[in-house]
Amino acid sequence: MKDRIAGIYADGWSRIVATMIRFTGGDWDLAEECTQEAFAQALQKWPESGVPDQPLAWLTTTARNRAIDRIRRASTEAAKLRKVAAMDLEPPPYPNDSEIPDERLELMFTCCHPSLNLDAQVALTLRSLAGMSTAEIARAFLVPERTMAQRVFRAKQKVAHAGIPFRVPPAHLLPDRLPAVLHVLYLLFNEGYGDPRKARLCREAIRLARVVTALMPDEPEAQGMLALMLLHDARRPARTDAAGDVVTLAEQDRSLWDQAQITEGAAICERALRRRRAGPFQLQAAIAACHATAPVAARTDWPQIVGLYTQLARIAPSPIVDLNRAVAIGMASGPEAALPLVDAIAETGQLNGYYLLHATRADLLRRTGRAQEAADSYRAALDLAPTDAERRFLRDRLRLT
Amino acid sequence: MKYLMLVCTDPSYTPGQDDGAPDVEDWVTEMDGKGIRLMGNRTRPASDATTVRVRNREVLLTDGPYAETKDQIAGFDILDCADLDEAIDVASKHPMAWAGMIELRPFWPDDED
Repeated sequence: MKDRIAGIYADGWSRIVATMIRFTGGDWDLAEECTQEAFAQALQKWPESGVPDQPLAWLTTTARNRAIDRIRRASTEAAKLRKVAAMDLEPPPYPNDSEIPDERLELMFTCCHPSLNLDAQVALTLRSLAGMSTAEIARAFLVPERTMAQRVFRAKQKVAHAGIPFRVPPAHLLPDRLPAVLHVLYLLFNEGYGDPRKARLCREAIRLARVVTALMPDEPEAQGMLALMLLHDARRPARTDAAGDVVTLAEQDRSLWDQAQITEGAAICERALRRRRAGPFQLQAAIAACHATAPVAARTDWPQIVGLYTQLARIAPSPIVDLNRAVAIGMASGPEAALPLVDAIAETGQLNGYYLLHATRADLLRRTGRAQEAADSYRAALDLAPTDAERRFLRDRLRLT
Repeated sequence: MKYLMLVCTDPSYTPGQDDGAPDVEDWVTEMDGKGIRLMGNRTRPASDATTVRVRNREVLLTDGPYAETKDQIAGFDILDCADLDEAIDVASKHPMAWAGMIELRPFWPDDED
């Protein structure tokens, strides 16, 4: 029973909070408290009475009744009285689950309003849409709980006090605002991807990305982002070995990859690209699909990956994209073709503090037989590598060079 | 919702050629006409400001603004907008959003403490 309720919580929390924010006229705290109380009541009642046929409707009605009670009790104050007057206090008709308006997209755009700083956007999204507790969010981002509590508090205050609207922005603002939503979701995903202890963030990001794509089916970049997350996440079980060390893409045990998830991610990516409005997320997803659908590393379609990186470098130029493009060229046409490109990137100096620049250069030099220079580059990479696992990997390579 | 719109200069700004910044008279006429701009004015520079503090029941005066920065408040407007999105839209149509910067500060509502 507890598991069943936990499942309903994961699914329903954000929908009910979103509905309640609308119902209370933007009283974010009241909306969350009443939703929390409704779930607490469900935990008490359902084990005896069984889960109702329409659990979301039951929870929504319970939360609404709570809100009405609390506002009535507090309504001696003039300000609250005005709020009550503005609300429809007739007990709402008992809805069906399917009749509960889905206001999660409004909630998502409110959480990601550009007048909030990025930290606040991420914290508010996790709290309101993922239903994570402040303590959980604090743990995930390795900050003290007090800090995170203040961050969430300040974000909610600003939403209320600054007049940040609870709505999907009008069409003319949408192109400006959607990237922020996608950015926050991808940030969540990356936060979870780097650290197995934070895998829950990946699942939440994927779940929220599914919400966005379901609610905005005509936005190919949203689909591209979902596809990219699915494809990356599918390889998670093979990314580290028993000792926790990084396993390179080429050396990963492909039988550990989640094939169903790869199939789904690749299909979503293909559907998005067919709209011919390729954006950075779609192109990265297409690259991830090339890797994930190769039966063995040696049969990776490197020429296609080079083409995709070339397109990506055009629409979203960055030295990291240039570096990845050079790696792909090294695989498609050999290390001699790639070395001048990597040297050119090194000359700009932009990536000189980035260990993968040196590791890439080292690998290309090794493959052209310039062992001494390769060893120098491996040492430069070692000095900059951020984790023990990466340092172990580089030391092994250095020994073999 | 009411917002105080502080119109600030930005000394680091160098105008580009024909950057298309709107005209302030047009902005005032438009926003007055819509009932969005309730009032507003230019202010004298910070060198003409006086800062007032009372400490130990004694009035202390400082010649100049409360914070010494290179950016200065050049004027203000009081806006009445539906929400922050509308206020941002109104602010971004003001020429000083192009040549300087604008701070939007929501009013504290009368009925809250």
